[in-house]
Amino acid sequence: MEPSPHTAQSNPPVSNVVSNLSERDLVRRSASTIPPPARQLEPVAKLIDVSKCIGCKACQSACIEWNDTSPAIETNVGVYENPHDLTPEMFTLMRFTEWDNPQTGNLEWLIRKDGCMHCEDPGCLKACPAPGAIVQYSNGIVDFVHENCIGCGYCVKGCPFDIPRISKVDHKAYKCTLCSDRVAVGQGPACAKACPTHAISFGTKEDMNKLADSRIKDLKSRGYDNAGLYDPQGVGGTHVMYVLHHNDQPEIYANLPRDPRISPVVNAWKGMAKYVGFAAMGLAAAAGILHSAFVGPNRVTREDEEKAENLVKDNA
Amino acid sequence: MEPDDIETGDAIRPGKPVVVDRYKKGARINHWITAACLILLALSGLALFHPSLFFLTGLFGGGQNTRALHPWIGVVLFFSFAGLFFRFWRANLPKRVDAEWLAHANDLLAGHEEKMPEVGKYNAGQKFIFWSMTTLIVILIGTGILIWDQYFYAWATIPQKRVAVLAHSLAAVVIICVWIVHVYAAIWVRGTINAMTRGSVTGGWAWRHHRLWLKELAERHKFKKPTAPAE
Repeated sequence: MEPSPHTAQSNPPVSNVVSNLSERDLVRRSASTIPPPARQLEPVAKLIDVSKCIGCKACQSACIEWNDTSPAIETNVGVYENPHDLTPEMFTLMRFTEWDNPQTGNLEWLIRKDGCMHCEDPGCLKACPAPGAIVQYSNGIVDFVHENCIGCGYCVKGCPFDIPRISKVDHKAYKCTLCSDRVAVGQGPACAKACPTHAISFGTKEDMNKLADSRIKDLKSRGYDNAGLYDPQGVGGTHVMYVLHHNDQPEIYANLPRDPRISPVVNAWKGMAKYVGFAAMGLAAAAGILHSAFVGPNRVTREDEEKAENLVKDNA
Repeated sequence: MEPDDIETGDAIRPGKPVVVDRYKKGARINHWITAACLILLALSGLALFHPSLFFLTGLFGGGQNTRALHPWIGVVLFFSFAGLFFRFWRANLPKRVDAEWLAHANDLLAGHEEKMPEVGKYNAGQKFIFWSMTTLIVILIGTGILIWDQYFYAWATIPQKRVAVLAHSLAAVVIICVWIVHVYAAIWVRGTINAMTRGSVTGGWAWRHHRLWLKELAERHKFKKPTAPAE
């Protein structure tokens, strides 16, 4: 069995290897209760340094190639995003923002590689009603298992980042897998491997935190006082993290949420609503049974029938 | 003018016992289509409401089919219930006697129906069922369309869809509770189910539970000749 990869640069295995991600490595499985995992894998992370990104979209090409998707060819409407949004065929997307920095008066070209953040507390998984359609491995990867997906779109509502997309072709949900099939055999994600400027790095979350620290130090020395790491704690941290030169205002990067968390509405729907719902339905049924046991049926008497007959006779 | 609570087809058939026609065939078919839809919707909806009930998707041919069918059954229910609504709404308009009836609701539940005021074709409890079903079905179809992503994805934002799906599930819980009360009342008050299966009740049933309605029918000579004269 291959160990978890420590970089995206490792060469592909030359002999058959056994996947290191299996059912027993699951920490969460949608709509299911599972035993704790047999072992704890080293948490992994993808670090996206937006300050190094040149917007070449090699990551998108690599993603399309590895996942064998075919995003539709669209029309140029005068923006760089291509396609115009994440789709069931495009799991990652460079989002471009032209930002007027009020402090310096400079026009800054912000490029953020959008895609699944692989939340430690995944809203998609919480919302999913289909057993085993969404799983989380102990290394932090959140994956969609398509044969269990029913296409209801609850994951779309659960996600704080607007990531999952439902296919109109097979009615299943799609998103970045963090190349779980590559990671399982000791390889890094395709996008990280393809990135020509090493703006995308992959490794253990610990290593990525260290790498981020050195990058932030460098950015600060260059005058980006607010440079920082985007690893939002509202969702328990993420296994895809950004180094942002303006970490004090993440929303300028194509509306990256400042404090993402699972919506309280989703929590109410997936928590309180279930308990209150079952309690209410149970009480209604119990009230009927008890009433029937203690009061008994409400029967028409012989007298009632006679009264009706007399009434009809009088009026006929 | 005819009282609000006499519906087309309501008539007394003199005899021993007296038989009172309560629901025409059209109304009964309409009711049972609605009932079947509501039950199928509850089963398919509950399957997606809680993981412990996901197995119910098996009744519909799996999760994908359940997801695809549920909203269409909802559409059928909506139009079917609309049929019931236009048949029954006039007789379900609130009346002064309803407040009095509700004030005595405890007597009814305790089995002392003789203390209740005389009511027309529907008592306040039945009117409550009618108007709650109406309101809840409107909420359910409205919120349902907002989360029917296959056709209406662009009709709402994701935060709006979250509210819609929560409202949809809560409204569904309430309508299931209302349905339980409806079914229990129909079973508890013996002789009621016949009204929806054969279309008629006995004169005694009408005298006991809807005396005003029976009296109105008698007064207006809403009699039907017995089909076979009792010799």
